[in-house]
Amino acid sequence: MASSVISSSPFVCKSPAKKDLGVSSFRKASQISIHGCQRKSISRKIVSVMAPQRSSSTSGSVKTGMTMTEKILAKAAEKSQVVPGDNIWVNVDVLMTHDVCGPGAFGIFKREFGDNAKVVLNLAINILSLLAFSLFVIVTSTLKVWDSEKIVVIPDHYIFTSDKRANRNVDIMREHCREQNIKYFYDITDLGDFRANPDYKGVCHVALAQEGHCRPGEVLLGTDSHTCTAGAFGQFATGIGNTDAGFVLGTGKILLKVPPTMRFILDGEMPSYLQAKDLILQIIGEISVAGATYKTMEFSGTTIESLTMEERMTLCNMVVEAGGKNGVIPPDATTFNYVENRTSVPFQPVYSDANARYNHIFVADYRFDVSKLEPVVAKPHSPDNRALARECKDVKIDRVYIGSCTGGKTEDFMAAAKLFHAAGKQVKVPTFLVPATQKVWMDVYALPVPGAGGKTCAQIFEEAGCDTPTSPSCGACLGGPADTYARLNEPQVCVSTTNRNFPGRMGHKEGQIYLASPYTAAASALTGHVTDPREFLQ
Amino acid sequence: MAAASLRSVNPTLPRTLASPTRSPPFQSPFLRFAPASTTSFSNLKPLVTPPAPSSSPFVTRSAAASPQERKTFHGLCYVVGDNIDTDQIIPAEFLTLVPSNPDEYQKLGSHALVGLPASYEDRFVEPGETKTKYSIVIGGENFGCGSSREHAPVCLGAAGAKAVVAQSYARIFFRNSVATGEIYPLDSEVRVCDECRTGDVATVELREGDSVLINHTTGKEYRLKAIGDAGPVIDAGGIFAYARKAGMIPSAAAA
Repeated sequence: MASSVISSSPFVCKSPAKKDLGVSSFRKASQISIHGCQRKSISRKIVSVMAPQRSSSTSGSVKTGMTMTEKILAKAAEKSQVVPGDNIWVNVDVLMTHDVCGPGAFGIFKREFGDNAKVVLNLAINILSLLAFSLFVIVTSTLKVWDSEKIVVIPDHYIFTSDKRANRNVDIMREHCREQNIKYFYDITDLGDFRANPDYKGVCHVALAQEGHCRPGEVLLGTDSHTCTAGAFGQFATGIGNTDAGFVLGTGKILLKVPPTMRFILDGEMPSYLQAKDLILQIIGEISVAGATYKTMEFSGTTIESLTMEERMTLCNMVVEAGGKNGVIPPDATTFNYVENRTSVPFQPVYSDANARYNHIFVADYRFDVSKLEPVVAKPHSPDNRALARECKDVKIDRVYIGSCTGGKTEDFMAAAKLFHAAGKQVKVPTFLVPATQKVWMDVYALPVPGAGGKTCAQIFEEAGCDTPTSPSCGACLGGPADTYARLNEPQVCVSTTNRNFPGRMGHKEGQIYLASPYTAAASALTGHVTDPREFLQ
Repeated sequence: MAAASLRSVNPTLPRTLASPTRSPPFQSPFLRFAPASTTSFSNLKPLVTPPAPSSSPFVTRSAAASPQERKTFHGLCYVVGDNIDTDQIIPAEFLTLVPSNPDEYQKLGSHALVGLPASYEDRFVEPGETKTKYSIVIGGENFGCGSSREHAPVCLGAAGAKAVVAQSYARIFFRNSVATGEIYPLDSEVRVCDECRTGDVATVELREGDSVLINHTTGKEYRLKAIGDAGPVIDAGGIFAYARKAGMIPSAAAA
């Protein structure tokens, strides 16, 4: 199946025999840069986390090339040059957290940076009740985060649920934000009607972009693996755990190892039935779920340049599914247009040194002729279990899910609506629609779908027999509490526009999830089988 | 106040923080609470009696374990396959549990690896229990892939596991294991998961140059890659404890 695609070679893969430099921040005792003669070969013995590091451009005579990611990190570390493998302290521009990891991250921040006596008090009363916890939070009011305007708190994961702990976690974040005077807290208090909450946004990665927090050249960290989505804006964006986040909360800095960059050049005109989701599934299927571990995935080429910001976000979103540390796309007019419409904070875009002299700065080079690609899915139970959608047409499905940071943005719903409209049919299986944010929800109800005679997505979805678009959140992408809308509670087959399909991902351990583009998901809904969207879009 | 606490704390430092290779710099502003946290937390009764010091997030590992003990883990193995993602290690429905809350930390442990499919007949933690009887998790490639959630290494540590021996790791899981100090992520050189069975008795010895996994049941020994700089961080109890020990934490922002 997948092999037939490879043999017809729609792409040329120039996989180099370069050694894997991508290791964790703490692993090796020595690291040697093995790039070509243009670079200095530097032996780096790391004796401790903060040992004085020799500068990677000691003589300053030959300025060696750097990739985008290296330049962003160098600037954030206030260095003129870095090479992959360098452990550097980096200044953070934005730290994002949500309802699931926020309480833990702030808990660690308070424990590690706060006054002892108060932490001991916390320990004693914390076990008693939620009220006692609130009391503790009020008591410890002298500790301050590094910058209350650089932290963005976005409840999005377990919102519309009656799970007490989930609800409590949003309350906990409210207390932390109040105490720390966090400027950007997209709160929700009325769970019965998301529209009654003017601040509430929804899915963090989409909200970050929509609210203007993503800017070229910056360093954005988030307590969520899909933070890499923001790399679409030409910045360094990656996911971290609670402990690292707690550290950043207190200091505004993080210790990172500079990743080497794999380059993916996508050229050719994007076929009308293909979407960014197909591109990234193609790539992950190519390099596997660990193919980019510890590395940067940099996407460029004429196809990339033709993509909208939302499509670029979809591409970068799933970099983590290949094990990637971050994804990045060179910013251009499309980027600047989007960003400048949403923020007045100045930014400084950077670009990889691109001429042939600097080719060695990339550890891998993959080229794709996009015009030859076909819609693909990732079959259960791995994002790299790639197959052509048309070769899965005998797979009977039980439901379709359109939502998440990966496939629940405005353009994702527009695409699905466009296909439903073109088909003029009704769905054969329950089709769940979960707009990522309030704004997306409003677009679904307000924006006319091109070529549909003025109809909105919502109208088209209703005519096609889909479920009513629900309250915006992460929803069932990751299962969630038992009462989460559209959760997979039975061992059913689901085609989903989400990002992972490991066992149990959407709830039931024996659930079978086929990851797909919005077009493929919509087409599959219409037939009740996994379906190539060309059945309806030609 | 700070000076007084420094004076009272200094003499205890060498005893409570295990084998620093250099003396902690006493002029660090953060030393005010770093050693105090060690002494007050080691004196504080844990809310739930942990079987091993590493299961309580408020006691640095080094405070309670001798150097010898710390570097050797002995117990039963639990063997899993490739690409064990974070949803299998700790299903998303349990992420409402906040790891920095001691009570919920213990609960997380009780759910460790509960997301593994039914094909894994031996459960990592028996239903109704909070602790595992397995000390060493043996994995294949890309262990811990998926989410960035710290709940993954945390639940393994909370359950009482000491180390994971896998062929390779996903980066965020590895990083979180080190930052929290919850569990040692060790790299094997061969596919150990194919040669070990759940229930095998094993020892992991961490040494300067190299480390080994000894499977007493099969009689085989496997070399493990040196954990390098990650070792001292986990030994100290995580990145904060380590950074304080070495006097490295930059100043918190002034109020």
